[in-house]
Amino acid sequence: MGFPDRIVRTVEVAHSPGKVWAALTTAEGLSAWFGDEATIDLRPGGAARMRWTDGSTVDMRVERVEEPAVFGFTWHIYGLPEDDPRRTYVEFTLEPAGVGTRLRVVESGFAQLPEDAYRKAHEANTQGWTSELGELVDHLDAA
Amino acid sequence: MPPDHEAIAEQVFAALADPSRRAILATLAAAGPVTVTDLADRLPITRPAIAKHLALLAEVGLVTAEPGERRRVRYRLRSAPMRVAQQFLAALARDWDGPLGALTDHLDRATKPGRQNDSR
Repeated sequence: MGFPDRIVRTVEVAHSPGKVWAALTTAEGLSAWFGDEATIDLRPGGAARMRWTDGSTVDMRVERVEEPAVFGFTWHIYGLPEDDPRRTYVEFTLEPAGVGTRLRVVESGFAQLPEDAYRKAHEANTQGWTSELGELVDHLDAA
Repeated sequence: MPPDHEAIAEQVFAALADPSRRAILATLAAAGPVTVTDLADRLPITRPAIAKHLALLAEVGLVTAEPGERRRVRYRLRSAPMRVAQQFLAALARDWDGPLGALTDHLDRATKPGRQNDSR
């Protein structure tokens, strides 16, 4: 297989899940390490945006909020045209590990079929991402 | 990932590995549909070589031939396979190591000595 669908990283940090959660899910936290500015409406379906000093921005849609264990969002696939409907799903999971936290990030959906993405983007208008996320969660659980 | 998807990406990268084919594709991208004669005028490539490259590009779906007036066939860029290759590049271009390093630094900086109200 030469075409990666999922990117997975796990890091251990010497801070509590609560602190890591705040860094991932608040405007103040995100703007301190990810974007230069950030806004976030922390609820499933909520909008989030990060902006950088070079003028670039990225829009996210919050999908899963299970404080302080799971935070998931979708965003536009990096490098694809603005109007391309394909999105990847990013999920952070936080697990207590000693005095710190084991933080895992999984970004999936890179290998989706373009036709599929068009169909899903269309469906998303009427029924949202719930079913797709359900599938994704099943997929992640099975992995 | 269905195998045909990966095959498409592979064909795109193989096509782009050749400088003459890159020049032909770049010309089509910049100038729109053109004939073999147009390409020969614009590029330092012989007509037979251009024809050979166009045949290969058409075979992998990167260009399509459009019949024109008086058998003047024009070649047009097809972007669909490029979008498949872009997906592959997107996965390679996604950098999580940098942001996760920045996150760790941020958390370490934010925790000043004497501020140990960590709830755990």
